[in-house]
Amino acid sequence: MKRVLPGFGLTMGFTVAYLGLVVLIPLVALFIKAAGIGWHEWLEILTSPRVLAAAKLTFGASFCAALLSSVTGLLVAWVLVRYEFPGRRFLDGMVDLPFALPTAVAGITLTAIYAPNGWIGEHLAKHGIQAAYNPLGVFIALTFIGFPFVVRTLQPVMEDLGKEVEEAAATLGAGRWTVFWRVILPMLVPALITGFTLAFARAIGEYGSVVFISGNLPMKTEILPLLIVSQLEQFKYGAAAVIAAGMLIVSFALLFLINLLQRRLDWQHR
Amino acid sequence: MKTFHLIKLTSILLASAAFGDQLLNVSYDPTREFYQEFNASFAKKWKQETGKSLVVKQSHGGSGKQSRSVIDGLAADVVTLALSGDIDAIANKANLLPRDWQTKLPNNSAPYTSTIVFVVRKGNPKGIKDWGDLVRDGVQVITPNPKTSGGARWNYLAAWAYADRKFGGDESKVKEFVAALYKNVPVLDTGARGSTTTFAQRGIGDVFLSWENEAHLIAKEFPGKTQIVIPSISILAEPPVAVVEKNAKKRGTEALAKAYLEHLYSAEAQDLAGKHFYRPRDAKAYAKWSKNFPKIQLVNIDRDFGGWTKAQKKHFDDGGTFDEIQQR
Amino acid sequence: MSSTHHVTTESKPVRLLLIAAAAFILGLFLLLPLVAVFAEALRRGWELFLASLKEEEAWSAVKLTLMAAGLSVPLNTLFGLSAAWLVTKFRFRGRAFLLSLIDLPFAVSPVIAGLVWVLLFGAHGWFGPWLAEHDIRIIFALPGIVIATVFVTFPFVARELIPLMESQGSDQEEAAVTLGAGGWRIFRSVTLPSIKWGLMYGVLLCNARAMGEFGAVSVVSGHIRGETNTLPLHIEVLYNEYQFSAAFACATILALLALVTLGIKSLVEHLSGHSSNGRH
Repeated sequence: MKRVLPGFGLTMGFTVAYLGLVVLIPLVALFIKAAGIGWHEWLEILTSPRVLAAAKLTFGASFCAALLSSVTGLLVAWVLVRYEFPGRRFLDGMVDLPFALPTAVAGITLTAIYAPNGWIGEHLAKHGIQAAYNPLGVFIALTFIGFPFVVRTLQPVMEDLGKEVEEAAATLGAGRWTVFWRVILPMLVPALITGFTLAFARAIGEYGSVVFISGNLPMKTEILPLLIVSQLEQFKYGAAAVIAAGMLIVSFALLFLINLLQRRLDWQHR
Repeated sequence: MKTFHLIKLTSILLASAAFGDQLLNVSYDPTREFYQEFNASFAKKWKQETGKSLVVKQSHGGSGKQSRSVIDGLAADVVTLALSGDIDAIANKANLLPRDWQTKLPNNSAPYTSTIVFVVRKGNPKGIKDWGDLVRDGVQVITPNPKTSGGARWNYLAAWAYADRKFGGDESKVKEFVAALYKNVPVLDTGARGSTTTFAQRGIGDVFLSWENEAHLIAKEFPGKTQIVIPSISILAEPPVAVVEKNAKKRGTEALAKAYLEHLYSAEAQDLAGKHFYRPRDAKAYAKWSKNFPKIQLVNIDRDFGGWTKAQKKHFDDGGTFDEIQQR
Repeated sequence: MSSTHHVTTESKPVRLLLIAAAAFILGLFLLLPLVAVFAEALRRGWELFLASLKEEEAWSAVKLTLMAAGLSVPLNTLFGLSAAWLVTKFRFRGRAFLLSLIDLPFAVSPVIAGLVWVLLFGAHGWFGPWLAEHDIRIIFALPGIVIATVFVTFPFVARELIPLMESQGSDQEEAAVTLGAGGWRIFRSVTLPSIKWGLMYGVLLCNARAMGEFGAVSVVSGHIRGETNTLPLHIEVLYNEYQFSAAFACATILALLALVTLGIKSLVEHLSGHSSNGRH
């Protein structure tokens, strides 16, 4: 394409320079620091029981949280897009709350609610369920953080869904449930996967809200970002950098996947 | 180059934001209330002696974490940490103060001492009397993470010392005991304060291994909810203080920092320490507050563990006994 | 109402059930925590609530937070505009890669965002000794807090603008070029008016995140009371001093900020006449 519009050089220069200064140089520094440690130690650090336990919790809880967010997010998005009812705009606005609420505030508040003497924790405790200071607490915090991603990814796609296919299916005698299951859901799957991946990626890195509610128990409720901090607090920069680099590689792979998915989505649209 | 000047300008502006003298005291978790009062007392004295007003800035956190920040460049004029090992680290890794820092002030540079006691729920429903009770099934123990908290390291060593005596030095049995104790720990916070919150505010756990002063503070903040249990044996904790000489020199606060720490040994400050449940070195102050300080058999880090460097290496460094028992 | 309407929606009981379920989920998950912030803050009465907001350290935390956001948001806005112009008005090699890079900080744990600056500017980092020699403080001072915030809030404006400008295409701008308008003029009078609401929302989100950032800032702050504690860090300090009501009182400031952000967002959507579908 011929470049008609001006500003290519200027914006390219500024964007790349800023990106380089703020993002690339620091991340390269991280990888160089991590690479300064031999491959052998890399493996040793990443396969130590404590790191493995933290990784299992971080990825496991993030995955489950993103899964729950996907289910509830699908429901909420459907209700917000398809139905008119009083208070709809208000509920719609609420969805963004986890984006706007600082994570530390979310952390202390969720702890206050789910601790054994908290509003909900009290009732859970009666049934022998401990939410805060348990992997369950981590899961709750991560669900809170990831929820809006799913809703906000689904909403525009749902709005664009033509009703013609549904009508066609209905005239062919399909029940409402069948229509949803066989016709609507398949069309939503790409957006659902994108939303899921976004929520998942965000949950993996989450720190502020989790540290308050998790209890920070090594091998049990310790998440990877916390492990990085605790390595840092013990002067072990190398180990911290290695764990961070490992997390980054996973995160970057996830992002790459999203962009790939989105490109395929665009293809389908055309 | 422009940003360079901008950054420099902001840092100068920030440094001189408050007029008069400034001092940064980087301290560990449970000292907040004490230093709040002590700083006011010293600022008054400083004003009388030099006519200059003084602002003492405080930073609190887990002792190991605070030491890390100073090594990374947090410009502390003085450090007042939970154990000498953390100040040793600053001397060894960043060369910010001489290695013999502990000889610069009286009493191993520890103006007050403390020890580790148990805090239990009112009425002691689980009947916890001594370390042996902590490994029982169904007893939940709250203590912070020894990797990041100074108090937690004292806790760990006190438990170790108890088991060491009980099992006549049979190390595998001692490890088993300590491992059983940490099996009963449901929450491992990074600092003593986090643990206090978990125990007192969130209501987790049956017994909290606590600094003596923190135990009394809980009693004050949450009246009628807890009581203190004195174990048969505990450890003499000497939280040391030191001038971070290189930083102080750069900031021109050497004399001020020295006077600040020396004031800790004055009769007035010793009385304040006693008031905040630290065991004063000064005999008069100790006598005045002695009702708060029951006699406990205390082991000593230098005598029983061969000093902090050795204890740190054996128990808390990577691959030490703490890592070992965690992975059982 | 024709029958087609009927076949493409659910029966009334199902509809009500679904709405109730959605309201329950949102209420339990999102509204309850918000209510809890205010309830906990006011637990010991208005007087204590107001007193804790008047506290000098709370104010210096507010000031620091405002300063950090005030510096990092404009920087990221400028970047967002530039990046959006670049990737939506031009096609070039490496564009997809650039898009991924813009998204990157978004998937980086805040803790890592703090760690990288310690590795660079800490006393033992790459530039640490040089900085110490020239007596420049970055880590444990305002500059450190600002750059950590910049990193974390980096993609917000760009992510909001890119899809918007992409969907609007470049026809109008190209027309303006043929009429002989210069680049700056095109941007100001053609592009800006059509993206102003999206831009505003991006800036708002960026700002909310900047003021609320905890993990990254906590790594580089040094926690000096009244000096390098931002509002979220100050909340943590209060929380650790048994001053729960005070902690929640300060949390209400940030919660209110969140509410204002959401309110303005709704208003913007109302004014710009298009329903919510922001991608973040």
